[in-house]
Amino acid sequence: MRINTLFYCIVQGLKNIFRNKWFTLASVATISACLFLFGLFYSILSNFEHMVKNAEQRVAVTALLDLGVSDERVGEIKAMILNRAEVKEVNYFSAEETWVKFAEENDFGDISIFTENPLEDCAHFDIYLNDVSMQSDLVTFLESVDGVRKVNQSALTARVLTGVNSIISYVSIGIILILFLVSIFLISNTVTIGIQVRKEEIQIMKYIGATDFFARAPFVIEGIIIGFIGSLVPLVAIYFLYNEAMIYVAGSYSFMAALIQFLPVQEVFRTLLPICIGIGVGIGFIGSYTTVRKHLSV
Amino acid sequence: MRSTTARKRAGSNAPIISLEHVSKAYSAGAPALNDVNLHINKGEFVFIVGDSGSGKSTLIKLLLRELLPSSGRIVVNGTDVVKLRRRQIPKFRRNLGVVFQDFRLLKDRNVYENVAFAQRIVQKPAREIRKNVPSILSTVGLAGKYKARPKQLSGGEQQRVALARALVNKPQILLADEPTGNLDPKNSWEIMNLLEKINNNGTTVLVVTHNREIVNDMQKRVVTMKKGVIVSDEEKGGYIDED
Repeated sequence: MRINTLFYCIVQGLKNIFRNKWFTLASVATISACLFLFGLFYSILSNFEHMVKNAEQRVAVTALLDLGVSDERVGEIKAMILNRAEVKEVNYFSAEETWVKFAEENDFGDISIFTENPLEDCAHFDIYLNDVSMQSDLVTFLESVDGVRKVNQSALTARVLTGVNSIISYVSIGIILILFLVSIFLISNTVTIGIQVRKEEIQIMKYIGATDFFARAPFVIEGIIIGFIGSLVPLVAIYFLYNEAMIYVAGSYSFMAALIQFLPVQEVFRTLLPICIGIGVGIGFIGSYTTVRKHLSV
Repeated sequence: MRSTTARKRAGSNAPIISLEHVSKAYSAGAPALNDVNLHINKGEFVFIVGDSGSGKSTLIKLLLRELLPSSGRIVVNGTDVVKLRRRQIPKFRRNLGVVFQDFRLLKDRNVYENVAFAQRIVQKPAREIRKNVPSILSTVGLAGKYKARPKQLSGGEQQRVALARALVNKPQILLADEPTGNLDPKNSWEIMNLLEKINNNGTTVLVVTHNREIVNDMQKRVVTMKKGVIVSDEEKGGYIDED
C-alpha cells in the first residue's frame, strides 16, 4: 500500500469526526459517562480496600518471651518469625523497654522509685502481618516456638477485617464487572448505530472497487479517536474531583484521619488510566471494526 | 410475445460480457433469472428493458459480483466472475464503471472529492488525481461546480457527478442501473447523450431502463426481459409493450 493511501485513510478518519459531529458528540458522551462511573467506583473501592489494608496492618500479634531468655535466643526467634511470608514487621521490646513504655503511656512519672521491674517477664515481640487472615497460622507457629511463653492476638479484629476485606473484594469485582459490561454494551451500541446510518457510504466505496481495508480504515481510526477522547474526559474529571474529595474529607472528618487514609491519586491512576484508555480505544476499535464488517459484503 | 432471440454476436473480438445458461434463484419463489444467455461485444451500447421483477437488477448485481449465480457462467472483461475470490472483487470492480438511479454520492464530500475518491481507491498519485478529476468534470460539464456538495446540485448534475466518478478510471464497461429514473426529460436526455458520447469513445455501455421514449428514440440494441428470461434481443430495437 502507498504511504499516501494510508495517510489519506487517517485524514479521512479525522475528518469523519467533524463531518459527523453529532455522532461524535453522542459517542464521546456515552463513553465518557460509562467510564466516569467505572472510574468513580474503581476509585472509591480501591480506597476502601486501601483503608482496610491499612487497618489490617495495624493489627499486631504479641509474643511474650520466657523470663530470662538469652539475647542469642531472642535473635534466633526474631529471625524465625521474619522468615515467614505473612509477617511484615517484627519489633522486639525487652522487659525494661516494655516497662518504660508502659509507664509513659500511663503517666507514672518518675519510675526510679520502683526498685524492681514489675514487667520483668514481659519481654516480647510485636509482630505485624501482611495478611491478617493468616494470623491464626502465625499464632500456632509462635506457640510452638521454644522461648515463647504466651501469644496475645485479637482474633475478633482479624476475623472482622478479613471478612470486610473479602466483602469489599467481591463487591468491587461485581460492581466493576457490571459497569464494565454495561460500558461495553452502551459504547459498542453507540458506535454501531453511528456506523449503521453510514452503511450507504461503505457500500458506495465497495461498489466502486474499494478494498475492505480502504473502506474500513477511516471508520476504525474514527472509532479509536472517539474512544480515546471519550476515555480522557472522565479521567481528567476524576483526577480533579479526586483531589477535591480528598481535601474535603480531610477537612470535614479530621477526627477520623487515622482511619481515612486516601490512596494518592497517582496510585489510583496507575491502574485506572491504562484500563480506561484501553476500554475506550479497545471498544472504539472493535466496535467500528465489527460494525463495518457487516456492511462490507456488497 | 416475441420469440427469445438471445444470441452470440459475431465480432472480431470475444464478447466483453458473456452470460451462459445463467440462472439465479433466491430462497423462495420463481427464479429471478432463468437460463439466460447474453453476449455483449466491446464497444456496444445495450439497453436492458423489462418490467419490475423481470430480472434486470439481478442481472446488474451478477455483473458487479454483488451476487453469485445459482448456475451458469459469467465472464466480464475476461474474468470468470463466478470464480472470483472475495479479495479479488475490488480489483475486478475497478474495471467497471457503475451508475445508479439514486446517484449514490458521498453526501458529505464535494464534487471534486466524490470523483477523486474513485482515483484514490486505485491509488493514483495525487499529481494525477489533480489532473484527471478536472478533466473528467469538464467532460460532464461540471468543471465550474467542483466545490459544490451533492445537495447543492440538481438531480441531473448529481447524476453527471456519478458518471464522472464512474468514468475517471477509464473503465472498459459502464453499467447504468436506471440512470434517468429520478430525472426529468431534459436531464434524462442530457445523461443519455453523455452516455452515447462515452460509448462513441469506445466504452461498452449497458443501460437498464424503464424509459420508453429514450429506448425508442436512440435505436440501440435492446434486450427485453420478462420473468427472468430474455424474451427479445434486437439490434436496433424498441421498447416492447406488454401483451
